[in-house]
Order: sequence, then structure tokens, then C-alpha cells
Amino acid sequence: MSASHPEKTGITEAPESAQETFAEAAPGTGVPAVVLDEKAKKSWFNRLPIVSHLRQSVGLQRGMLITGLVLCGLVLICAVFAPLIAPYGYNQLGTSEGNFGATLPPSAEHIWGTTVGGYDVFSRVIWGAQTAVAVIVVAVVASLFLGVALGLISGYLGGWLDRILVVIADAVYAFPTLLLALVMAIAISGGQSSAWGGIAAAALSITVVFIPQYFRVVRAETLRLKAEPFVESAIVLGASKTRIIGKHIFRNATRTLPLIFTLNSSEAILTLAGLGFLGFGIEPTSAAEWGYDLNKALPDVTSGVWWTSVYPGLAIVLTVLGFTLVGESMNDLNDPRLRVRRKAKTKAGAAGARDRKAEA
Amino acid sequence: MSAAISQPEAAEPTAAVKKAPGSGLGRYVLIRFLLIIPTIFILTTLVFFLMRITGDPITAALGGRLTREQLAERVAAAGYDRPILVQYFEYMGNLLRGDFGTTVSDGQPVTEVLLTYGAATVELVFYALIVAFIIGIPFGMIAAYKRDKTPDAVLRILAILGYATPVFFAGMILKLVFGVFWPILPVAGRGTTETEYIMSGVVDPTRFYIIDAIRIGNFEVLGDVLAHAVLPAVALGILTAGVFLRLVRTNLIGTLGQQYIDSGRSRGISEFRLVTKHAYRPALIPIITVMGMQIALMLAGAVLTETTFEWKGLGFKLAEYLTARDFVAVQGIVVFLAVIVAFTNFLVDVIAAFIDPRVRY
Repeated sequence: MSASHPEKTGITEAPESAQETFAEAAPGTGVPAVVLDEKAKKSWFNRLPIVSHLRQSVGLQRGMLITGLVLCGLVLICAVFAPLIAPYGYNQLGTSEGNFGATLPPSAEHIWGTTVGGYDVFSRVIWGAQTAVAVIVVAVVASLFLGVALGLISGYLGGWLDRILVVIADAVYAFPTLLLALVMAIAISGGQSSAWGGIAAAALSITVVFIPQYFRVVRAETLRLKAEPFVESAIVLGASKTRIIGKHIFRNATRTLPLIFTLNSSEAILTLAGLGFLGFGIEPTSAAEWGYDLNKALPDVTSGVWWTSVYPGLAIVLTVLGFTLVGESMNDLNDPRLRVRRKAKTKAGAAGARDRKAEA
Repeated sequence: MSAAISQPEAAEPTAAVKKAPGSGLGRYVLIRFLLIIPTIFILTTLVFFLMRITGDPITAALGGRLTREQLAERVAAAGYDRPILVQYFEYMGNLLRGDFGTTVSDGQPVTEVLLTYGAATVELVFYALIVAFIIGIPFGMIAAYKRDKTPDAVLRILAILGYATPVFFAGMILKLVFGVFWPILPVAGRGTTETEYIMSGVVDPTRFYIIDAIRIGNFEVLGDVLAHAVLPAVALGILTAGVFLRLVRTNLIGTLGQQYIDSGRSRGISEFRLVTKHAYRPALIPIITVMGMQIALMLAGAVLTETTFEWKGLGFKLAEYLTARDFVAVQGIVVFLAVIVAFTNFLVDVIAAFIDPRVRY
């Protein structure tokens, strides 16, 4: 699938493991010290993850980042304004003049045609954005909170709790995402799907899959930070464990999270679509879901009915593409080996100006 | 699978290991092997309890169709009315003996289902891996060599596109193009009805159609089997090819910047050789490490690909049993796939340790 997995597929892993192997080529884990200094001088707006990446980028990388941001923006707009954009409801089978009819080819009334079930394809694709965004938000936010909290506690306190959590997280991490999500969907809803129940079940299934990813990253960072002098000095000053974890370590350990967040979002959509395709989707009467629509469109394909599958499919591809492009560009910009430098002239000029300012 | 590229590599380091006794490779392999046990144990436990949260499998499968008394009778007969812990220990004990239970919907032993359909899934993943290697590795080399130039940009965007496309959508597009608009390839099943008939007659089958076709020496069947495999393999392979491409690119960029590459160039080694040998070999280790994860992913992808192409493997059966709400079968297939994934990861780690003496505990 789908159940592809940015973290697992190695987009983030590759540089990490590569750094182990070629330590001399790329010392440090991400943001070099120079950038930190620059950051201190920038306004909070310019320090936001995506904004700072956008300013840093040039050429193709910038193009990819902007394309990704535009695609994500489009999906968000479709999700928020679905009632205004979609001409019909997601579960609307006809107007007062009668039913739409099944598998009608694209026409003026139904610009993308109708499905086997007699729904308007265009409307369902637009409403589907709403479902996708709802699932991503719930899934990613929930796994972010749980994964980060567990990672911080486990990494800082260590001991038997840490060991148990690591073994469990590793076991779950090695498990194919889609299969785990399937089992979770069965556990949560018994394989049944209702309106918000379906969305919640899908989101929670995906949450469980992603917790280990945040957990691993945050725990590793916490272990590294624990040995830093500023943490020791905080201990000496008598700061409580809660304060050290919540303030000193949390702020520093969560720097790479926006990257994982974007990559996970794209995977969350693919997992949701995969679940829907296997029939764990949300019933058409309760919400629109692209994977479910594709499942229903599967028999159409062999009879040459292309519009029921191509449009929802493209919606998935473009959404995932948007999130992946953003995540991928951020990943490259965070990795000094892959970052494309600005042309020497402008770079030197800007750096010189900054240095002069710093001295003043 | 990954042996294809690992074998030429494995030869030298093995010799090196033998020269330095007590370097701990054997110990590493043993520890890594023992680590599989808790992984499998946790996963089976997790899956068992998760599947039982909503109730017993018989009620789930037949809930609406039987009266309450009939249902209670069948639940009692299958032993699902006993305490959950008793059932858990019985289940784990049965698993150790290779008994995955009996399906609710068609009363077959799950182990039988796994053996019958497992080969088809492995065969599909194998084809897809070949596709992924053929596309991913050379194009990844090109992208790294032409870094930040047009070919690199195009290849990277294609790789992301390959990743962003769900396997089943890629499959449906392939079906549409090569089955309907330009019908040159079969779009469903592992072979024509005739092939399936011939295959069912094979004595002592391996159930890998390609092997069986060669064994009976029927090249018409072999051609048919391969033709049927093209589209599913491409659909599943493209996804992984994109990942391989990016992996090869990232790691090659790392090694291509090293000084020994410049020194090789100054000695007059051809650019082709520099990229494909000198820079590629050291870049291989991180690639192989991530490959384990990829094979896990491919198994999940196979579930969706099989459903799309009616490829009668474990994934196809899984989807069928899901629809039938036969959770004993679902649990069996999921646990079985998890075990395969755990062993694949183990093998990949051992291969990585053979190639790179730095990978040790």
C-alpha cells in the first residue's frame, strides 16, 4: 500500500543511518550551530518550521516546497468549504426531479460523472477532503501527544519502564502499518462503521501505528539531551523532574517533529485509503471517503468506466503528494549534505550583512 | 530477494571476519535471533487481545444469523465462553505447534489456508522486488550523479509520485490502460482458467506457479503465468522503486563527495565504474538496512495489490475473510505475516552485519 511509511521507507532514516556510516561527512544531527545563532535573531514568525524552511530554500527545492504547500492548502480549502464547493451532498442520490442515475459519464450536471451507487463523483471527492483532514488531525495530534509524552518520560527516567516501552514500540514499529490499523479497526469498531464512529476508529487505528515513531525519535533526543550541561545545571539548581522534562528537554527534543508530522500525515491518508479499500471505510451515507469509493469503483474499471476511480484516486495522490513534497523538502533542508546552497554572491552578502549586524 | 546484491559483497568481509576470531559476529547473530522471540510474542499477544476486545469470533461472524441459543451453543462448543486468559494460553500453545485455529466461515484449518495461499504472496512480492530493483537502483544512481540537474529533478518528482500513489490506485490505472484502452495484458488472477486447471493437477506442487510451470516443462503455461504477473508486480514494484531510488540517491550523494572518489577519478577510473562500484558499495549498507522495512511494507502492499488484481494469495484471502467477518482467519493471517516480517528483518540485519563489520552490538 499505501501503507507506506515515510519514516519506515527511509526518507528520514536514510540520512540518519547514513550519518552513522559517514560520520565524518556530516557531523551533527540536523541544525548546525550557525543556524541556531541566526534563529535567535529572527522574529518568531520567521522561526516557524515551514516559514524558515521556505526562506532557506532555493531553486528546485523551493519549487517543490511551494508546490507542496499549495496542494496542502487546496485540500484544506476543500475540506473547510466543502458545503460551498460541492454541488451535491456526499450521500445525495438525486434532486427533487428524481435520481441522478448510476455510472453516468461526466456531463454538465455531473462534471465528473456519477458512481455505481448513484452518487455525484465530484461532490464525493470534495467531501472526501473533509474526512481525510479530520482523520489526519485526530490521528496525528493524538499520536503526537502520546508519543512525545511517552518518549520524554521513557527517555529521561529510563529503567524498567523504558526497557518495556522500547521493546513494545520496536515490535509495533516493525509491524506493517496497514495490518496493525486493520486489527485496531476491528478492536475499536468490530469492523462496523458509523458516522463519526468510522472516522474516530480510522483515526485511532492510525494513531496507534504512529505512536512508536514519535516515541523513538523523542526518546533518542531525550537520551542525548539528558547528558547536556544545561540539564545538569538545571538539576543542580534544584529544578523538579517535571520542570526539566517539560521545559528544558521538551523544547529541544521536539525540533524534528514538524518533519515527521508532515510525513506521517501523508501516510495517514494512505492508511485511511487502504482501510477504506479493504472495506473498513466509512459508509457512503455517513461521510465520503476516497478509499471506499475506489473499492466500489474496482469492478467498473474492467468495463471501461474510468471516472469513478480516476478522480478519487487523483485526490489521494495529490493530497499525499502535497504533504510528501513539504516533508521531503524540509528533510532535505535539515540535512546539510542535501541542502542546496544559495548562489555564493547572495549568500556571502547576506551572511556578511548579518555578521556586521551582530557585531554592532 | 536482497541476496541478489548482497552476495558479491558478502564474500570479502566474511573472510575478514574469519581472520579476526572473537569479533562477535556469531554472538551478534545469536542475540539478534533471540530478539525475534519477544517481538513475535508481543505482536501475537497484542493481536490476540485486540481481536477479542469486541467479543468472540463466532458472535462476530454469525451474530445476526443465528438465534441466541444456537449462538451460545456454538460459542461453548468452540470454547470461547471460558476465561480469556485460558483461551490465550491455549492459543499460544497451539501457535507453537503451528496450529492457527479453524476458520469460522468455511471451517478450514487456518494453517492450511496459510500454506495454500502464502506461496502466491511470496511470489508476488518477489516479482515486485525485481521491478523495484530494476527501476530504483540504476535511476537512483543517475539521480545522484546528475544531482540538481534536470534528470535528477524529474526522477525525484517521479519517485515521490510513485510513493504518493496508493498501490490499488496504481493497479486500477494499469488495469484501465493495459486491460481496457489498450488490452495487451491480462488484468486478473494468476493465470487463465486453463493454467489454473493444469496447476491444480501438478503432483506435489510448490504452489509457486513459476517453479511449477518450469517443473512440468510447459512453456505456454510459464508464459501465461509471467504475463499475469506483469501488472501486479509493476503496481507493487513502483511504490518500492521510488523508495529505493531516493535511498540510493541520498546515500550515493554522501559517498560521491568523499575524497577517495576524487582520487579514483584522478587515477583515470571511468565515471561509470566510480558510480556503480566505488561509490555504490559503501552506500549499500544503509540501503540494505532499510530494505527490511521495505519488505514488511511490501507485504502490506501485497494485500491491496492482490485484492485489486484478484491475485489469489494471502492478501486476497484476508480481504475475503474481513468481508465475511471471520476474525479467526484474519488473526491467523495477520500473525503469520508478522512472523514473516520479523524473520525478514532478522535476515536483513544479519546480511548488513556480514557486509559491514561496524554493525555490531
